[in-house]
Amino acid sequence: MIIVEGLTKRYGHTLAVDDVSFSACPGRVTGFLGPNGAGKSTTMRMMVGLTPPTSGTATVLHRRFADLPNPGLEVGVLLDASAQHAGRTGREVLVLARQTMGLPASRVEAMLDIVSLTDVEANRRVRDYSLGMRQRLGIATALIGDPEVLILDEPANGLDPAGIRWMRDLLRGYADRGGTVLLSSHLLHEIEVIADDIVMIGHGRIVSQGTKSELLHEAGTIVRSGDSDALEHALTAWGVLVSPTGDGALRTDADAALVGKVALEAGVALTELRAAEGAGLEEMFLELTSATQREGIPA
Amino acid sequence: MSAIALGHVHTPRTTIDPVPLTRITAVELRKMFDTRSGFWLIASIAICAVLTTLGVILFASADQLTYSTFATAIRFSVVIILPLIAILAVTSEWSQRTGLTTFTLVPHRSRIIAAKAISSVTIAIAAMALTFAVGALGNLLGATVKGTPLVWDVTITQCLYYVLGMVLSLLIGFMLGVLIRASIGAVVAYFIYTFLVPTIFGLLATSQQWFRDLQPWVDIQFAQSGLYSFDSALTGEQWAQIGVTGIIWLLIPLLVGLRLVMRTEVK
Repeated sequence: MIIVEGLTKRYGHTLAVDDVSFSACPGRVTGFLGPNGAGKSTTMRMMVGLTPPTSGTATVLHRRFADLPNPGLEVGVLLDASAQHAGRTGREVLVLARQTMGLPASRVEAMLDIVSLTDVEANRRVRDYSLGMRQRLGIATALIGDPEVLILDEPANGLDPAGIRWMRDLLRGYADRGGTVLLSSHLLHEIEVIADDIVMIGHGRIVSQGTKSELLHEAGTIVRSGDSDALEHALTAWGVLVSPTGDGALRTDADAALVGKVALEAGVALTELRAAEGAGLEEMFLELTSATQREGIPA
Repeated sequence: MSAIALGHVHTPRTTIDPVPLTRITAVELRKMFDTRSGFWLIASIAICAVLTTLGVILFASADQLTYSTFATAIRFSVVIILPLIAILAVTSEWSQRTGLTTFTLVPHRSRIIAAKAISSVTIAIAAMALTFAVGALGNLLGATVKGTPLVWDVTITQCLYYVLGMVLSLLIGFMLGVLIRASIGAVVAYFIYTFLVPTIFGLLATSQQWFRDLQPWVDIQFAQSGLYSFDSALTGEQWAQIGVTGIIWLLIPLLVGLRLVMRTEVK
């Protein structure tokens, strides 16, 4: 369980994170979605005490992170897979985490197994790791204490499609066993396939949050017919917001049942009627992204 | 690539004990050795001690071949390397960005810094024990090879002074690491501290009469020089000078640095 209340971070005159509140629940994967520079990483750093917030609070398992006696056993954290000493071997990185948490030596091999790092790879130095291997190592470090909560910042970055699939299954299984997973991404598709709940952030502010199905449902319907003008007229008369999609169909903010009923009364035959899946979310996200073309600034 | 994953379901934990400082210290100690650069940096203390000892046996004149000559000679390399160890132990958390993991596994930064201080001082004391041993072997070897009388002209007290002096040098490095938190910057600052500032003070003392009396109370290197002289016990005034310069050059900047470490963001 993660509860974030009114987290705010101000750097001089810029509000990097502005009154962000949300929660991530056990048994669910919560996706933290936003373009680069939206404030995702800053929010996550504040949650684990690396960045002091200007105001607001964050609790993990109903305690402030700093009050957790041995945080590694309760919260697995991966903030940046590249943030490892280049001169250490992958295995050594895990050994250090294991020793700090006071776990048995066997945990290291078990974790290497889970993230599919071979013996040879584990004995290589992190400087020779690809980003995908660093992500695997980072996930192994987060999992080694068998925590109840996972906080992962862009964990799919650098993973190949098979790796993304593997991670999706891993996190899914983890949540299904009652774990709480919060992961961030700047890719809508990634979040869509993994998350149960979505928190979307832009310019440091939460722009939308809810369960994935809620957010997708909000998107309305796509309807196509032989007589678009008559249909548009009828729908507008019902107070439904209508806009052309550009390829002859119409997008509405009403659900399929209402659109069907209106079409029947207007005597317009439909050729297509479906939920506009994710389109609304995607549009909102694209809007955010185009307004924040700030490549190079860490998110 | 195997699909899943964790071998077992979460085992509910009733109580979790806090991470003890001894464990954090053991981990910090391990981190000093577990990279090639870290390992060779520490190994270089032993290597330098052996090379310097051989140098003394080869080049020192017969009447100089005493234990204090060995100990003094070895000091010059060790006094540079030891603070580097302390500096890198602190700054690598920032420059290598390992702090992201370190400070989330132990969210109380003061405990990590304390563990680093303890492990650095442990290394310093071990290094000193090693150099004394190497020096002693050198003294035995020198006396045998050159046929000079075996002279042990260093008392236990003086050895302890010597260790104290080296620990203070190491703590200067540690302080600069905490204050600056960047490897190169802290190393440069250490050389300024140890070589440039004393030179300036020395010049000032020779040219300005008023400064000559003040120097022992201001110049930390000058104040500590008695720790390495092997000729007499320190007077109360000398201890006071070590204390005063230590407060100015070590304690105050350390407190500033600690405050910064506690408050700044770790990115």
